[in-house]
Amino acid sequence: MTAGAIERLGELANQDTWLAHRGRFLDVTFLVEVGQTSYLIRIHRGRIEGIDKGPLVMPRWTFALRASEEAWSTFWTAVPPPGFHDLIAMLKVRALRIEGDQHPFMANLRYFKDLLALPRARSGGAR
Amino acid sequence: MSSNSQADFEPIVGRYLRLAIGGKPHRLYVEEAGKGIPLLCLHTAGADSRQYRALFNDRETLERFRVIAFDLPWHGKSSPPAGWQKGEYKLTWRAYVDAIMAVVDALDLDRPVVIGCSIGGRVVLHLALEHAKRFRALIGLESGAHADPYYDLGWLHRPDVHGGEVCGGLVSGLIAPTAPEADRWETIWHYMQGGPGVFKGDLHYYTSDGDVRARVAGIDTGVCPLYFLTGEYDYSCTPADTRDLAGRIKGAHVTIMEGLGHFPVSEDPPRFLGYLRPVLEQIRARDAQS
Repeated sequence: MTAGAIERLGELANQDTWLAHRGRFLDVTFLVEVGQTSYLIRIHRGRIEGIDKGPLVMPRWTFALRASEEAWSTFWTAVPPPGFHDLIAMLKVRALRIEGDQHPFMANLRYFKDLLALPRARSGGAR
Repeated sequence: MSSNSQADFEPIVGRYLRLAIGGKPHRLYVEEAGKGIPLLCLHTAGADSRQYRALFNDRETLERFRVIAFDLPWHGKSSPPAGWQKGEYKLTWRAYVDAIMAVVDALDLDRPVVIGCSIGGRVVLHLALEHAKRFRALIGLESGAHADPYYDLGWLHRPDVHGGEVCGGLVSGLIAPTAPEADRWETIWHYMQGGPGVFKGDLHYYTSDGDVRARVAGIDTGVCPLYFLTGEYDYSCTPADTRDLAGRIKGAHVTIMEGLGHFPVSEDPPRFLGYLRPVLEQIRARDAQS
């Protein structure tokens, strides 16, 4: 489930016109760490403009979301167990670390929750 | 409303109640339906009594219970007190208990059952400590003796972050992933409608002022029975938190609810009512014997 999940994020996100609309005031570059692998994701007006897979040389980002491969993999299951069903839940159980300037993340919290949940296996459990 | 009206009204009737709380005049919105043992419902932080819409429409409950809910001051259709604009809203355990007892007295409720969720699940502990004899039974949903904040509460009230968006965004994950979509989003909508700083002010009670860990061992369930029901997906008050609380109170009943989160009454009402009805029946049967 984890392999390729972030790589597919651009296509999944940009197909979702309502998600892009809700993020229309959002311009940000953020880092997602899946275990040992880093991804630098650039968002412009709610659409993903590019995703650079690590290793990255001198990456610049506004905020970072870091979790183990196992944690993301559990988060992306169709009906995740308690604690892994939501980004803030993962924060509470210390499976996710959020670093940097969290303002764009918090001001667009539903956007980022929905964005990162896009690779989740479909079973009606989407939020 | 004429008798031949075809309008599809629910059995709920809402009215505005004028009363004094802590010596100050207040105007509170109160809803009720059904007949029988008074069952007073307390909503969660940053929300309002619409959360109980399914219970208010549950025919089985309405045949035996007079279901009543009110919006706390600052919440739903209740007003904040005059002068609200001059200071920060911060709920304290004393103000919360005062509001509940003022409503109980104003409505002349005879030993009601109280059911409360989240902050309401906490305050039943304060009611058990302060006024146990005034209640037939207390039901705490998502009850813990204390909650540590797991995010910076400052995000909930600042002009450069939309309060409705961030409150809705924060609580969305407290709902179980299996909740029906319509009820999930109705629950989130209530949070999006809260006044600026109200959710944060309620969490002052939930995370700080309402810490009741040092006192809960003094609760006497022989005077007033105490029931706890907590959803497995709740990470604000986890099943472990509730079990820890119940372990400190002799005679407290605990049920962990599968497939439910922090808003059982609102996020998946049919599933929740399956857990609640046996508890209400137990309370009713015990009351009939006494």
